[in-house]
Amino acid sequence: MIRDITIGQYYMVDSPIHSLDPRLKLIATFVYVICLFIINDVYTYAFSMLALAGIIAVSKVPLKFIMRGIKSIIVIIIFTAIINVLTTKGTHVLYELGWFTVTLEGVYMATKMVVRLIMLIVSSSLLTLTTTPIQLTDGIEYLLKPFQKIGVPSHEIAMMMTIALRFIPTLLDETDKIMKAQQARGADFETGGLMEKAKSLVPILVPLFISAFRRADELAMAMEARCYHGGDNRTRMNVMALQKNDYYAMAVICGFVVCLIIIMLVM
Amino acid sequence: MSIKINNLTHIYNEGTAMAKTAIDDINLEISDGEFIGLIGHTGSGKSTLIQHLNALIKPSRGEILLNGVDINAEKSKLKSIRQRVGLVFQYPEHQLFEMTVYKDVCYGPTNLGLSEVEIDQRAKKALETVGIGEEIYEKSPFELSGGQKRRVAIAGILAMQPDVLILDEPTAGLDPKGRDEILNAIDEMHKRLGIIVILVSHSMEDVARLVDRIIVMHHGKIVVTGTSKEVFGQAKMLESIGLAAPQVSYVMMGLKEKGFNVPQDVYTIDEATEVLYSMLKQVK
Repeated sequence: MIRDITIGQYYMVDSPIHSLDPRLKLIATFVYVICLFIINDVYTYAFSMLALAGIIAVSKVPLKFIMRGIKSIIVIIIFTAIINVLTTKGTHVLYELGWFTVTLEGVYMATKMVVRLIMLIVSSSLLTLTTTPIQLTDGIEYLLKPFQKIGVPSHEIAMMMTIALRFIPTLLDETDKIMKAQQARGADFETGGLMEKAKSLVPILVPLFISAFRRADELAMAMEARCYHGGDNRTRMNVMALQKNDYYAMAVICGFVVCLIIIMLVM
Repeated sequence: MSIKINNLTHIYNEGTAMAKTAIDDINLEISDGEFIGLIGHTGSGKSTLIQHLNALIKPSRGEILLNGVDINAEKSKLKSIRQRVGLVFQYPEHQLFEMTVYKDVCYGPTNLGLSEVEIDQRAKKALETVGIGEEIYEKSPFELSGGQKRRVAIAGILAMQPDVLILDEPTAGLDPKGRDEILNAIDEMHKRLGIIVILVSHSMEDVARLVDRIIVMHHGKIVVTGTSKEVFGQAKMLESIGLAAPQVSYVMMGLKEKGFNVPQDVYTIDEATEVLYSMLKQVK
């Protein structure tokens, strides 16, 4: 059933990674992703992979859950690999296929891109697996605050994200209900060609949009009734504060970057 | 048309940690032309049960026989089952989507693949049954009042000319006038068309006034079934599962406690008025 779809893939378990400050986790992920785009040889790749494996082990998230994230982009991974293999020019020709030539450089490049993509997905899904959506938006709000001066509405962005996340299950429920109601009127969403299938979506989408707008209206009213007027002078219930573990984590991140630079310089 | 339910069990998320038994081994028989009231507090399994009746949900175990034929036996007949068993969901006006009232009511019959003449006839008849006049046909369903919207939505199901009509709390969120209009239309339909009507309701008053037989559900099981006198006679038991007898029966109980000799099996306001009026006359 449609209700079984889970969005926001938080994996609830008690681990040192889970209890880290979300701001720190966001920055760490950001730093790691940047590193992934800088590293270029086997040694740095191996080191980054090792570091990621270490964090996964500490986070206590089962590998099965992490692999799920990769499954969803398997098409993109395969596509990237094929494009890289076929379009990279090189001197060591392995195989010729009409216009395309497969070269050793191509295979090497493709492997690198695929590994990089996988590490990218794993590291960013590790962030969402160990951080609740609410913590995440709180962290984003805080980190965007400096940009308020140039007109970025950081509180509003975070509030929008929180509300959107909050209403995903509600809207899924609503979709389920509307689908059933139309099925009770003989609607058929499974058979028929592409055009017919697209047409059969109208009886779902129109009521869904109407109900989403109605909900938005009601929510806005309810928020205003409680004197909500944006982020100015708002205090929070849980003030984010760095703990001892957060400082250790900071040291680990710095250590990782320094080691990476050393490896790159030495090799 | 008759409905027979044998050992029906439904478990949501079966086999996972979140497994929840919504319906627990239900056996039930409904014969032709019956007007059934289905009551039970929120989460008792009413909605799950009625969605089984037109194969929107498949049973985990057990079977549902429509005129002796298992409805989950062959997939190809789904449309015919949904035509024969019309299900009006809670807040059915949320499913309206067409540009005009008339077109929206035509949606069901069109899905059945009927001829244009037949669709037109059915739509007009259904709209007439729920008391929607021709002057509203070409209006957008979204500019109607709450009660009108709901009647249009019910007409959308009626236009499929079902043999069984199931309504899930058709009066929820309506004002007293809208509520009476809907209930009267349902009552009239039942009398005129002679179809099975299953009314899911939280209003004991409405149930006592309208239905032939009451089914009480609790924790996925049928606790008791019988006429309103049989069911509402057990007020204490109903209270223990979060329900109650109609309010007027508590008035009668109170009167009896004060020493008036009034009958205790009075469950509708009309009956009570009659009884009390005749007693007052005697006193004079």
